[in-house]
Amino acid sequence: MTLNEMESIVSGRLLSGGAGYYIGVIVSALLVVAAVVAGVHAFIVGHEHTYGVTREVSWGILIATYVFFVVTSTGLCLVSSIGHVFGVESYMPIAKRSVFLSIATILAGFFVIAFEIKIPWRMAIYNVISPNITSNIWWMGTLYGVYLVLMIFEFLFLNLNKHKLAVAMGFGGAVAGIAAHSNLGAVFGLLMGREFWHGPYMSIYFIASAMMTGTAVIFFFHYLAYKVNNEDLSLDRPMVASLDVVRRLGILLICVIMFFTIWKMVAGVAGMPGGKYEAVMALVSGPYAINFWLFEAGFGLIFPLLLFIASKGKNLMMMFVGSAMMIVGIFVMRYDLVIVGQIVPVYHELGVKEFSHLLSYTPSFHEIIITLGGFGVAFFLFLVGEKLFAGHKVEHH
Amino acid sequence: MKKNKVEFDGLQNEGVENAPVEDRRRFLKMGLALTGVFAGGTLYSASSAVNKVYASAGEYAKKYPYKPHYSMIMHQNRCIDCERCMTACVKTNDVPEYGYRTTILEREVKDAVGQKREFIPVLCNQCNLPQCTRVCPTRATYKDKTTGIVMMDTAKCIGCLTCQQGCPYNARYFSEEKHAVDKCNFCLDTRLSKGETLTACSEACPADVRVFGDLSDPNSRIYREVHQIEKTVWVLRPEAGTRPNVFYTRG
Repeated sequence: MTLNEMESIVSGRLLSGGAGYYIGVIVSALLVVAAVVAGVHAFIVGHEHTYGVTREVSWGILIATYVFFVVTSTGLCLVSSIGHVFGVESYMPIAKRSVFLSIATILAGFFVIAFEIKIPWRMAIYNVISPNITSNIWWMGTLYGVYLVLMIFEFLFLNLNKHKLAVAMGFGGAVAGIAAHSNLGAVFGLLMGREFWHGPYMSIYFIASAMMTGTAVIFFFHYLAYKVNNEDLSLDRPMVASLDVVRRLGILLICVIMFFTIWKMVAGVAGMPGGKYEAVMALVSGPYAINFWLFEAGFGLIFPLLLFIASKGKNLMMMFVGSAMMIVGIFVMRYDLVIVGQIVPVYHELGVKEFSHLLSYTPSFHEIIITLGGFGVAFFLFLVGEKLFAGHKVEHH
Repeated sequence: MKKNKVEFDGLQNEGVENAPVEDRRRFLKMGLALTGVFAGGTLYSASSAVNKVYASAGEYAKKYPYKPHYSMIMHQNRCIDCERCMTACVKTNDVPEYGYRTTILEREVKDAVGQKREFIPVLCNQCNLPQCTRVCPTRATYKDKTTGIVMMDTAKCIGCLTCQQGCPYNARYFSEEKHAVDKCNFCLDTRLSKGETLTACSEACPADVRVFGDLSDPNSRIYREVHQIEKTVWVLRPEAGTRPNVFYTRG
């Protein structure tokens, strides 16, 4: 194949989309541009003027969005590896697109965190020449870097039909992903003095939550992909069968996360442990009650569970709606995890005037634009990837 | 009573003996507060408080890991919230207006018998097991090998703010001027390394609230005040396990 032939194939594929496709590409690209402008402006003017974070609530929606995207990426990696890495045949059809999406979503996460970290170029230097091996955030960053490289190679080898190499890279990616992801959980879970976060189960919860998120995103984007490619998903029997298996896994993981959530709330209420009790009550009946009951419990868990069960694996629209709800609910889960963990002041129990109330946080305009830019990155890569890689077709053998 | 010269405003500290009558009355009332009941906002018995404190300081009594082992003990009931310590800190360490290295918290208990309000000065505790240094990905914050003071290497700070999350004492903020996190370092670079024996806030305090010194020196005042059991000595948020070097007491 000559360079000219490759170029004509690529441009032919990209030009084959309809008006809806182009609108999607343009809108997501514009969101990315807007986010870059907002991020650079925030850097120049100073985060304390442009972001809604404060000394006491120093992590905001950008950290939550970063968590959302890297959790999603890890989940996509783990669910897809069930098929082509660990050999479960029924998961094979979703593998290529899921690996690609795991790359897209972690790039979206890196995009967002680049505007959250105040001096990102120092990170490039000192993460390497002055590492701190007691720091979970150092491990997370380093391991996600390794993970991204391995996932890229996995995707390349999948498309080059070098299956043994793809399996090796996929296995390495899964290991790096689990290690990175459990360290992300430990960033929160190992902070003594942050009662809402502190505990050994945060890392485990993160892995289960990642896989749950992965099932939702797999279904959501596979359904969308067939629209983008003007194909009828219901006619692709192997893919429908594969998505049904993903649906069942999703049901299981929703139940697991419900279990985690119930016991987290019970542990925060029983005995009224200082710091944790106030945070949990903020979710149950306080300022975050709507976030918790409607979005986390409703959209994130209960409604999708009911829809997934009711669809019986046949009603694709019902499953799509369930997965879309789930994605919205899961984003709110990440937001609440990050923010509610900070709203009980560290000096709250002193009973001092300055910290007698729960702290509050409202995302600023800049932060919202950058968050939307993260979604722009993910959608842009998804849309371009569908055309570039011709719908991520998987051989059946 | 130690007399502190407050250079920055040319005032001469006359000592608490010469304080106005109402100030002196407040001190007396503060001294009458029941020992231990309101300690740190949590009810401590005298013995448990001593045990907790000694878990931090006592095990080092024979062999301190740092020499000098700089520490501070706050005589909390003496604080009148005049804020000279805050002003001195800002001036000495170029603290921007949106940040602070030390501040004074106010606690009011309306239905308390007698005195109803007290002030609690807070600053970085220079913990023996600081969480901020554990979580920093680039080791931009570290404990000085000689003094144990928790320092900032601003050139390495990436601004991830994990140290702010890790600190159970709200002792850190991001300085847009330095492009790095900033915090109290006991004036090590601005005063102690230049021969001064007190921090700016300690020297500025007219009520002798902030007793600063070398905890590893048995002849120092702070050693005698921390290593005694007649008066309750406590630290803030002992449950975080950070083993603070800023202690609190009354009287």
